[in-house]
Amino acid sequence: MNVVLRHKGALWGFRTTLLLYVFLLIVLPIGGIYVQSFAGGWAHFTESLAEPLAWQSVALTFRLALIATAINVALGTMSAWVLHRYRFFGRAWLNSLVDLPFALPTAVGGLMILLLLGPGSITGGLAEMLGIRIVFAEPAIVAAMVFVTFPFVIRAVQPLLEEADRAEEEASYTLGASRVRTFMQVLLPQMRPGIISGAMLAFSRAMAEFGAVVLVAGNIPGKTLIASVYIFGEIESDNPQGAAVVSVMLLSMSFVVLWFVSVLQARRSQL
Amino acid sequence: MTDPFSTISSYNDASRYASARGSRTPPGSVPGARQKQSIILIVLTYLIFFALLIAPLLQMIAGAFEHGLHSFISALTRPAAIHAMAMTGAVVVIVTAINTIFGILTALVLVRGEWLGTKLRHVLNSLIDLPFAVSPIIGGFMIVLLLGPNTIMGAMFAWAGIDIVYAFPGMVLATLFVTFPLMVREVVPVLQEIGTQQEEAASMLGSYDWTTFWRVTWPSIRWGVLYGVVLTIARSLGEFGAVLVVSGNIMNKTQTATTLVYQDVENFNIAAASSVALVLALISVVLLLVMEWAKKHKEHKAHQAHNGQKGVH
Repeated sequence: MNVVLRHKGALWGFRTTLLLYVFLLIVLPIGGIYVQSFAGGWAHFTESLAEPLAWQSVALTFRLALIATAINVALGTMSAWVLHRYRFFGRAWLNSLVDLPFALPTAVGGLMILLLLGPGSITGGLAEMLGIRIVFAEPAIVAAMVFVTFPFVIRAVQPLLEEADRAEEEASYTLGASRVRTFMQVLLPQMRPGIISGAMLAFSRAMAEFGAVVLVAGNIPGKTLIASVYIFGEIESDNPQGAAVVSVMLLSMSFVVLWFVSVLQARRSQL
Repeated sequence: MTDPFSTISSYNDASRYASARGSRTPPGSVPGARQKQSIILIVLTYLIFFALLIAPLLQMIAGAFEHGLHSFISALTRPAAIHAMAMTGAVVVIVTAINTIFGILTALVLVRGEWLGTKLRHVLNSLIDLPFAVSPIIGGFMIVLLLGPNTIMGAMFAWAGIDIVYAFPGMVLATLFVTFPLMVREVVPVLQEIGTQQEEAASMLGSYDWTTFWRVTWPSIRWGVLYGVVLTIARSLGEFGAVLVVSGNIMNKTQTATTLVYQDVENFNIAAASSVALVLALISVVLLLVMEWAKKHKEHKAHQAHNGQKGVH
């Protein structure tokens, strides 16, 4: 009897500890930020939001993340396709290399972009000659976002390609469809769910990125100041209210995207 | 499943399978025009990978050795760098240990915890992914908001003589928040795949306890756990935004390797920044190789379990 009781007590303690851990580590902090953003009341919230630099930074982040996602969709779909279909020298190596941006510290990624595209480098010098500013301007921010989110689309499309039925593609050729038509009507629909969910994950990550971007952006308010760097600046200048409002905007957008991806995935697994 | 990485791990099985069967399109069978096109595509892919991944890596190696080997070594052996790397090491060890234990336990509860009820398990399941959606900067900011010196809880801890924000505990907390989903998301699919038959068989003879866990569950999940450990190490080694906000980046005190790189760049000391960054990059590459290795074993295990199930039916 005593043993059973002690066992039950231990079990109860273990369960409580676990739920408490999840609550304290995740729920409480996220809830806290929403509370803080409305701490000064609704009027204060809209006031902080109306701050031109605040919404400009969010708009800029949104636009650049969209561009980076579009680039990644194009590059990622093609890379996934080539890595799947062709067997060539170094294929396995390239396939392992895809995950490098996930493994690399983001600050290191930012430094790499800075070194590669900075004024001292070949690329940067060339662009300078042509009168194009890369580093401390929008192109570098997009480059950093593309670098950090590169694996998402590839890793989401690859399993679909592995599952796909090759016969459909061959039937399309047999029926006399052109290569372009086969790609548009047979292959693209096969890859579409992966492209969409990969793109959304990449987008939400690009919106949130800080480490890689802060080093290359130059952080000029209203011009190259993205949302996460804006938040950092507000924290540093001891304005938690302003930081919280922009955080809540960013967070809510990411939650919507993440929720959408999970709905998409749930629907796919039901089919 | 609301898991951004589930697609990534599920890809691995299929790819192994495909490569085990050998190439689907032998290069020789491709007709001339298509072969030309395929070569163009392959070259393009190489170019993308070179421009995006390889060139930046090479450029950084060049940057680290710009002023020769001597400056590389002296950049790494300055006191600030040694302190920062020790700090990073301490964070990595503590975070990996805590996250591994709680990650495995959470995964067990998610998959096996009937006591929680279906609804609560769904809630818990979606809560786990939230850190993926949170910008690291915001992750750090949340901890400052909750435990900073101006808050009730922060004041309480300060009164007890414990500093959390701008000190080591805060950095550990921030990194724990960011890495929380990694272990859970690696272990959950394995637990789902192996099913409960073996565990039930073992539990019939007694109850589900440590022996059942170590003898039955652990051997099936250990490669998944190893993979999760490597992911956690990589992420906590490289965490920057959250740690920057929480630590205050105080030199020789709360500065980590990544925030040191940031400060060096801000001080226009690019060569020193590259040296530290190169060390971090090398560790990441090693971790990537371990991941590839663990992936192979994990799939092997998953495949065995899968085939075993097929045999039963």
